[in-house]
Amino acid sequence: MARTITMREAVNEALDQEMARDPSVVLMGEDIVGGAGSPGEDDAWGGVLGVTKGLYAKYGRERLLDTPLSESAYIGAAIGAATCGLRPVAELMFIDFMGVCFDQIYNQAAKFRYMFGGKAETPVTIRAMVGAGFRAAAQHSQMLTPLFTHIPGLKVVCPSTPYDTKGLLAAAIRDNDPVIFCEHKAMYDMSGDVPEGTYTIPLGEAEVVREGNDCTIVAYGLMVHRALEAAQALSTESISCEVIDLRTLSPLDLDTVLESVESTGRLVCVDEATPRCNIAADVSAQVTQQAFSALQAGIQMVTAPHTPVPFSPVLEDAYIPSAAKVASAVRRTMGKE
Amino acid sequence: MTAGEGITPVVMPKWGLSMKEGKVVDWLVADGDDIAVGTELMDVETDKINGTVEAPDAGRLRRLVAEEGQTYPVKALLGVLADESVSDADIDAFIASYVVPVEEEESDEDVYAFAEVGGIKVRYSRQGSTDGKTVVLLHGFGGDLDNWLFNMGPLAAVADVVALDLPGHGQSAVTLPEASVEALTGFVSAFLDGLGVEQAHLVGHSLGAAVAAQLALDQPERVAGLVLVAPAGFGPEINMDYIDGFVGAASKKDLKPVLAQLFADESLVTRSLIDGVLRYKRLDGVGDLLAALAAGVFPDGRQASQPGLDLDPGRLPVTVVWGSDDQVIPVAHADAVPDGATVVVLEKAGHMVQMERAGEVNELLLAQLG
Repeated sequence: MARTITMREAVNEALDQEMARDPSVVLMGEDIVGGAGSPGEDDAWGGVLGVTKGLYAKYGRERLLDTPLSESAYIGAAIGAATCGLRPVAELMFIDFMGVCFDQIYNQAAKFRYMFGGKAETPVTIRAMVGAGFRAAAQHSQMLTPLFTHIPGLKVVCPSTPYDTKGLLAAAIRDNDPVIFCEHKAMYDMSGDVPEGTYTIPLGEAEVVREGNDCTIVAYGLMVHRALEAAQALSTESISCEVIDLRTLSPLDLDTVLESVESTGRLVCVDEATPRCNIAADVSAQVTQQAFSALQAGIQMVTAPHTPVPFSPVLEDAYIPSAAKVASAVRRTMGKE
Repeated sequence: MTAGEGITPVVMPKWGLSMKEGKVVDWLVADGDDIAVGTELMDVETDKINGTVEAPDAGRLRRLVAEEGQTYPVKALLGVLADESVSDADIDAFIASYVVPVEEEESDEDVYAFAEVGGIKVRYSRQGSTDGKTVVLLHGFGGDLDNWLFNMGPLAAVADVVALDLPGHGQSAVTLPEASVEALTGFVSAFLDGLGVEQAHLVGHSLGAAVAAQLALDQPERVAGLVLVAPAGFGPEINMDYIDGFVGAASKKDLKPVLAQLFADESLVTRSLIDGVLRYKRLDGVGDLLAALAAGVFPDGRQASQPGLDLDPGRLPVTVVWGSDDQVIPVAHADAVPDGATVVVLEKAGHMVQMERAGEVNELLLAQLG
């Protein structure tokens, strides 16, 4: 009913509308304008995948900073600016590059509120592309959501639809804590209904995207769509799955998961991240601890293997959890495989 | 003899502007049953709403074409009504030759339009023939023009139908002219001026019915007739648990029991319905706007305006429809409707009568149009 836009457009619109409603919102990142310092056309790029394109024309050089190729410098600058009254949104291109600016994120931004007794706030949003399937090899394809979820003081978001993307990004920007906003690069062209007006979706609220009785499937990001595909396929085998999109990984809406598992008695956790200490392992452990008596079968996890993301397209496709693997895990909880 | 003579096809209805297909949940009648107009034939589920398909015509149900659990496009053949004189072979031939009419691809631009009224952007939909009588549909508190999704189609077949999202509702701007029935009435009047609608039948639901009644009092020459569905404006009582719950609910979990109060049959509160309301409520400013509107039209938990009591059904036709199980505005208010109006109380219906009992409400609407 509302108009249909892509996830890329949803990110752009959220940035645009938040910049319009709050002059303290500024954008920083590599090539988010494109052409800075070069004789080239301004606004030529709009970021590596064109997400911020058009914003320069509206808000100008004052509010869009094309940064040097130095994550440690500009992520640090964004965090510092946030503590001093701005509300920066820094685009980190690929989340894989977090390594070079990690002190700024986990030892500074994440700690300020705590170490200054609540007197300091760090309203910074760091956007980064996550996920495999883009033929971008091992250094540009990781799902590093667990790294950030591990750290108290950071909020971590990974949406699965254009509607959620716009509302969660607006909420992240308005939030007074550092938020790592993970955009799956394979989903930028996915379309969906998105209202034109501004709105927010609360951070820390999971969404039941499909109701069912036999087994709960928990997922986030691209994996939500694999889970839904599996649930659809399983419905023809008279297996009814409930699918939960976590949407925010920290804080985690465990209540929604527990409530679902209390009713289905079975749980499959799907995560595109590598398996050790990932979101699937975390949710599985917490559900085991808090709802063991509700479980009728062992929890199944469907994750990437514990390897770097392969560059070979065939291997990369095999690396990413498929709907068939999710369906198979559900059947195992039902004793049918 | 042309193929299909004496045969009335039962087809998948189009409920609302965006419906493309529906799933037949179950048949409520059996092969060979004699069907009267309006008999409930089957339950159908769409991604938006669940509803019941009613018989378009009388006749014997000669064939159940649709299978339970299967999904069919709009206008697909679901069953065949025909009297005894039609042979089985003719029915077989009719089914075999039935072609689902190609649905004209309607984009949002075709079905919705926007206007600006007093600086407020308002979304509306105008369907049907513009040379017939004009019918204007006014939704209630927190609603939008999709509240009429079961009614617009049948009305558009005979009239020029206009439905709008009141200011601060649906996809209209999140702005109110002022938080009162009188201000909303002025807004609707200005909206109709903008469309060039000089006279119309007004159909109002809940708070929208109070607006319709107020407009009839303010500008009697403008209103050809009123159909007021579960109307506000006939007494002071209003269920503030519902209003406050609707204004306050911030999640699906909170919203579901609130929306359940709108229907006698709670199963009509689908995920999609809850999603739609939540999406609206999440828009910046909507929460404050609804709180302000509630405080303006229901101060101290009472309805501030009761324009319905001043209507003169001797001057213009007034039909009032109420659900016996309305949990939002008490059906007892029907007793206060001025003499001369047609008052119909539908048993086992809740506040959203026009959705829950669309067939009967549509009949009343069409009867009033004449």
